[in-house]
Amino acid sequence: MAVAAAREIQDEEIVFCGTGISMLAAMAAKRISAPNSVIFFETGAVDALLEEIPMAVGDSRVMLGAALHGSLADAFAFMQNRTTGRRVVGILGAAQIDPYGNLNSTAIGDYHHPKVRFSGSGGACDVGSFVSRSIIFMQHARRKFVPRLDYLTCPGWLDGPDGRQKAGLPGGGPAAVITDLAVLRFDEETRRMYLAGTYPGVAPEKILNNMGFEVDVSRAETVPPPSAEELAILREQCDPQRLILGD
Amino acid sequence: MNLSTNKTMSLDMAINRFVNDGCHLSVGGFTINRNPMAAVYEMIRQRRRGLHLYAHSNGQAVDELIGAGCVARLEIAYGGSGLFAPTCVRFRRAVETGMLVVEDYTNYQMTMRFAAGAMGVPFLPVRSGLGTDIVNRWGFGEQMRRSDPKLPDQKLMVMDNPFGRWSGTDKVVLVPAITPDVTILHVQTADRAGTVSIQGLPFADVEQAKAAMCVIVTCETIVEESALRENPGANQLPFFCVDAVVPVPMGAYPTACYHYYDYDPVFLKNYRHWAEHDGRYQDYLQRSVYGTKDHAEFLKQQAPEDLAKIKADRRTGYAVGLDRR
Repeated sequence: MAVAAAREIQDEEIVFCGTGISMLAAMAAKRISAPNSVIFFETGAVDALLEEIPMAVGDSRVMLGAALHGSLADAFAFMQNRTTGRRVVGILGAAQIDPYGNLNSTAIGDYHHPKVRFSGSGGACDVGSFVSRSIIFMQHARRKFVPRLDYLTCPGWLDGPDGRQKAGLPGGGPAAVITDLAVLRFDEETRRMYLAGTYPGVAPEKILNNMGFEVDVSRAETVPPPSAEELAILREQCDPQRLILGD
Repeated sequence: MNLSTNKTMSLDMAINRFVNDGCHLSVGGFTINRNPMAAVYEMIRQRRRGLHLYAHSNGQAVDELIGAGCVARLEIAYGGSGLFAPTCVRFRRAVETGMLVVEDYTNYQMTMRFAAGAMGVPFLPVRSGLGTDIVNRWGFGEQMRRSDPKLPDQKLMVMDNPFGRWSGTDKVVLVPAITPDVTILHVQTADRAGTVSIQGLPFADVEQAKAAMCVIVTCETIVEESALRENPGANQLPFFCVDAVVPVPMGAYPTACYHYYDYDPVFLKNYRHWAEHDGRYQDYLQRSVYGTKDHAEFLKQQAPEDLAKIKADRRTGYAVGLDRR
């Protein structure tokens, strides 16, 4: 997953990332395919050294060797500002996703009496509102890929091609969803999710069986497996303690 | 505004004087960094109740205040402690059992709400949240808002750009100012009059402090005024914004304080285990918070070798190679 996401990051992009696997992907991209990408965090740290993997975006490890220790106000303004915002790719995760890439990270069930309460937006809604491109990490499960969200925390393409424009949102929208089974993208015209890539040995049926809505599978290609070099960078340089990769 | 030249006082006096039951409180820091934990534990010891709490992305401080039953209402963007607790455990339980009413905003919206309070304007416009449930769904009902003079009538408002399409913008979201009764920060250094120097990321501490009617600053070290005036560019708050200065070594523990100590992975993992069970959590509160007279005693309960492990390295500002699994 981390390697698949790292490959999505283009050189010289400004990468906004959150806690966990998105940091790992951004750190890997910088060491593999996008050496001139710039990582920044909502906490205001820009282009830190990241000698060790942070456990949160507020970790002191995001502060070492940074170009700037800005504030939250600075960090979000870089994305809201159309000059710098256009260059930013955001990496996001959530508890639920719908066919248009909208995300729920707030609550499952009734908002006022939730069955499960999650952390809430944090900066996710801001990122999804502002940036020109976002990459979403999801665990591939039926309860997570739902036709309708219980709560719309972070905007994707909203209800289709004109959704964002009608709502008055700037920026672009989600470009890809990376899961433990597949890579999904959004149709240029309808903005609905479709299956773009499968990992070697994963059948499209398995992917569909783990989703709560149908997606077009006719365009799916096989995603090349991570190379030995990519894996080595991930395991030895980015996360030697296996804090995110696990054992 | 307080021009006294010596605002140092004990933590119990500062909490006793400035934090009342039901008051509107904001706490600084971010998830697992520079949370004003010593002050949080003191509020728990003094059994504050009915607090209306504001934060942007906060973890440990918010979770412990909620867990101890101090908080009635919460306005927040994110309740999590990074990988140690992606959703704060007592926060989650309190919302799921209906013990806590929450109003959800985004981090930028909360930051701009504090900024509006700091600037003395009733609201500020942002471009985030259009088309989402953060705009459409309210945690605090209209009735509750109208009947409480300390709450704005609206959660937020969507407005057409009054300047036409100037700046390429059709619509903005207006977020209401926050002016907390008190903001509590933990910082590295301050002088006796209250001038504050934060090392590393300030998060939204500066806006949170300037927005508040009263400010309590806990700090690792009190320094002479002349020392902070040698490099004013490194200071974040002038003395007149601050009402109480409380020296508390390791006052952010178990969260981190850049260049002083790291977060404590042992404590945070244990905390999660305690928090996941009501009985265990009450035992923890009795043993470590109600059962200790102050933060120094709370710290004495931690294993000295664990505290030694989190001491910050001089070059990096954190504990290099700390076992965080």
